[in-house]
Amino acid sequence: MTGVASAGEASAAVASNFTKPMREIAAGFERKTGHKVVLSFGSTGKLYAQIHNGAPFDLFLAADNQAPARLESEGHGVAGSRFTYAIGRLVLWSARPGYVDQNGEVLQKGDFRHIAIANPKTAPYGAAARQVLEKMGLWAGIRPHIVQGENIAQTYQFIASGNAELGFIALSQIRDAGRAEGSRWDLPRELHDPIEQDVVLLQRGRDNPAARELLAYLQSDEARAIIASYGYDLK
Amino acid sequence: MTFADLDLTPVWLTLRLAATATLVLLVVGTPLAWWLARTTSWLKQPVAAVVALPLVLPPTVLGFYLLVMLGPHGPIGGLTQALGLGTLPFTFAGLVVASVLYSLPFVVQPLQNAFEAAGTRPLEVAATLRASAWDRFFTVAVPLARPGFLTATVLGFAHTVGEFGVVLMIGGNIPGKTQVLSVAIYDHVEALEYGQAHLYAAGMLAFSFLVLLVLYLTNKRIQERQR
Repeated sequence: MTGVASAGEASAAVASNFTKPMREIAAGFERKTGHKVVLSFGSTGKLYAQIHNGAPFDLFLAADNQAPARLESEGHGVAGSRFTYAIGRLVLWSARPGYVDQNGEVLQKGDFRHIAIANPKTAPYGAAARQVLEKMGLWAGIRPHIVQGENIAQTYQFIASGNAELGFIALSQIRDAGRAEGSRWDLPRELHDPIEQDVVLLQRGRDNPAARELLAYLQSDEARAIIASYGYDLK
Repeated sequence: MTFADLDLTPVWLTLRLAATATLVLLVVGTPLAWWLARTTSWLKQPVAAVVALPLVLPPTVLGFYLLVMLGPHGPIGGLTQALGLGTLPFTFAGLVVASVLYSLPFVVQPLQNAFEAAGTRPLEVAATLRASAWDRFFTVAVPLARPGFLTATVLGFAHTVGEFGVVLMIGGNIPGKTQVLSVAIYDHVEALEYGQAHLYAAGMLAFSFLVLLVLYLTNKRIQERQR
């Protein structure tokens, strides 16, 4: 490092679905600024509970917009620092080629034993999947076939291992895994509320220049290009 | 939030799972423990090591392998499908299979210790009195190993009640079918419903303490009587 007198350190708690893009973003940020970034990954609910109980993070990149808003209203987040850094895309995916069609007829037919979704109560992608099924009028009929992953990572595992014939996951996961095989339907955006992933500056990072710079860097063209390449929409 | 508002479905499901798994464990574990206690085969140490694996492995390893092996592309999944049973993940039967593997050392080890502690002498005496092998086992070995059976039953049951990682990985969190108590608690915590989580968790804590207390008190009494 060439004479970066002000090199600092920023710590961020990151929703696990954003692991890969965040690693890339952090690497670019470190190269550019000389600051060091320490990342901790976990589910939004767990990270929220940890931050609420004093976990030492400067930034929180959640998988939804509720946890950051809640932290801000409780005084753990810095007021006015919140924004949407990525918008998730929901896909219906099967590891079998040719199984999922482009109109969701496979859902109408319903000749599967198990359909996997993330827990709608705790995972934003699960809540979106439930909305889609409700909007299509299929929720009640499909319900007995639903198996729930604790999060979208586990939901992906259920489908990838063939234990569930199909299921709802994030487009970014398919990009992550580089899985071109199988079949998928990218759900039209109007079938569910946007899955907004928000970031918030936490009280510990209030006076940390490295944390503030990282927050700003998330909105840079470099970071936005990385985020988009993983299949997220941007605001 | 009071106990009256609490959904008891996960409680009954957990008790049913623990009872079924314990029963299977006693049936499978007793001959296994007997063999381990008696054999001089070179296979004894490798088998004992396999039995003890769940003590060491994180439940995620067991859960991950079970998901893959029992799934439609796995060897066991292929077998169950060929037999017309479908696949085991996301079913109660699948949880029983997983629990039996997961709690195996907690049943086999106390039984093996009890059989070994009783020694061969009482069995030799019984043999000289012309008791058949079955007779010797059921009327001599088993009664002598009674504290071992009590410990094995209680630990097998309690350990299955406390199971979490494996069930999370192959259960699919289906209410009334695979959503056991530990998973329900985790769910409530993740959903920030700390009230329900506290009630379930407090119940679990009290239950576990009582079970262990009764076990230790009973074992003490048995030991005093044998002395």
